[in-house]
Amino acid sequence: MLEHIELFFKSIFIDNMVFAVFLGMCSYLAVSKKVATAVGLGAAVIFVLAVTVPLNWLLDQYLLRDGALVWLGPEYTDYNLSFLSFILFIATIATMVQLVEIVVEKFSPSLYNSLGIFLPLIAVNCAILGGSLFMQSRDIQTLGLAFNYGVSSGIGWFLAILAIAAIREKIRYSNVPAPLRGLGITFIITGLMGIGFQSFGGMLTGGDEAAPVKEEQQVVNDKVSKIEKKELEKKDIEEKEISYNDTINN
Amino acid sequence: MALLTKKDASLITDPLADNNPITIQVLGICSALAITAELKASVVMAVSVLFVLALGNVVISLMRNIIPSKIRIIVQLIVVATLVIIVDQVLKAFAYELSKTLSVFVGLIITNCIIMGRFEAFALGNGPWRSFLDGIGNALGYGVILVIVGFFRELLGSGTLFGYPVLGNPIEKTGLYSIGYENNGFMIIPPAALIVVGIIIWVQRSRNPALVEDH
Repeated sequence: MLEHIELFFKSIFIDNMVFAVFLGMCSYLAVSKKVATAVGLGAAVIFVLAVTVPLNWLLDQYLLRDGALVWLGPEYTDYNLSFLSFILFIATIATMVQLVEIVVEKFSPSLYNSLGIFLPLIAVNCAILGGSLFMQSRDIQTLGLAFNYGVSSGIGWFLAILAIAAIREKIRYSNVPAPLRGLGITFIITGLMGIGFQSFGGMLTGGDEAAPVKEEQQVVNDKVSKIEKKELEKKDIEEKEISYNDTINN
Repeated sequence: MALLTKKDASLITDPLADNNPITIQVLGICSALAITAELKASVVMAVSVLFVLALGNVVISLMRNIIPSKIRIIVQLIVVATLVIIVDQVLKAFAYELSKTLSVFVGLIITNCIIMGRFEAFALGNGPWRSFLDGIGNALGYGVILVIVGFFRELLGSGTLFGYPVLGNPIEKTGLYSIGYENNGFMIIPPAALIVVGIIIWVQRSRNPALVEDH
């Protein structure tokens, strides 16, 4: 249970899709002019992520990863199909998006109209494919955690687009320098928000980590680790010089 | 440019400045920003996108009359995914360390909006040679921004370029460091990329007021 909670908050705040890894920036910038459309798109992203990440987890677990085909029989142990993951993941995503599009068109024509061109473009939203690829590279262990990861990174993206849409609605009344209007100021605001989100980096929970040290101590620790790093770098440089000298001597 | 007519040449030169895919068309920001902390990664990313976009544009343009328009997005995704798998495998074979640094961002070229955007806007309506030039032009426009951002982030953040120290040695206090210069750790963290791109947009639009948006 604890690992679920930890993953949940970690993917929303620390590894936020927009502010930490810049995924889904295109639709984030294009659809964030109004809060209402931003909410619609954000909800669609949460839904698609919640469906595709567990599906791709199953594909990865039972088809793609090294030795995943072992359930077919012992002679399949050596197969590693992970180079196919891009094409399979994107095919799953494209299919699911088509499905979502049909469902939304049927049940909420107004939402369908306001999302317009962007619903099909969810298929090429980097946040969706990125969710699946990070799920694979971070080695998420169970189907439940994969679902959790999909939902929570979707929520993180939702929060980001909601925040920027609200800010952009207000900033229309401010006197922004002409060349910065629109895109430029949005980039800079996103950057500042990203810096704000960096402060969540210390929010790690879980029993494995050491209890949070007091601030002064942390500063000292940081300094110590910096010094250690520098020494290591120095060693590296020295080693390089030595090997360089060796090659010259030879 | 005897090889290219004036119209063809503008396909390559336009995206470099006034119709730049990143700063004007707002495409392809997704995979662009996270890897620009180092110049080397930026250059590799730019070259990969050049390869995928130029070839993908040609393939889609050749197939443009036989793709049913309803399933064109899936066809496009399959073409891109195939090309990206080639890039990924080549990187893993010849530059393993670098492919570790780029991690999932090579795969994310598939969903790079520049690629789908150019397929939709250009390759579906034009012949292969013009599509090829358009692909090269847009990928170069993308690469230019990537390299500019990577240059400033690596220079100001780590004091190196392509991994070579250019401002002196911070440990032995040589070069600029001897007079008290410090690396700006802020440039290394991801949000700095956004601010650098914001400043590039600012500079570009100040020089060319025609590009200014009205809110």
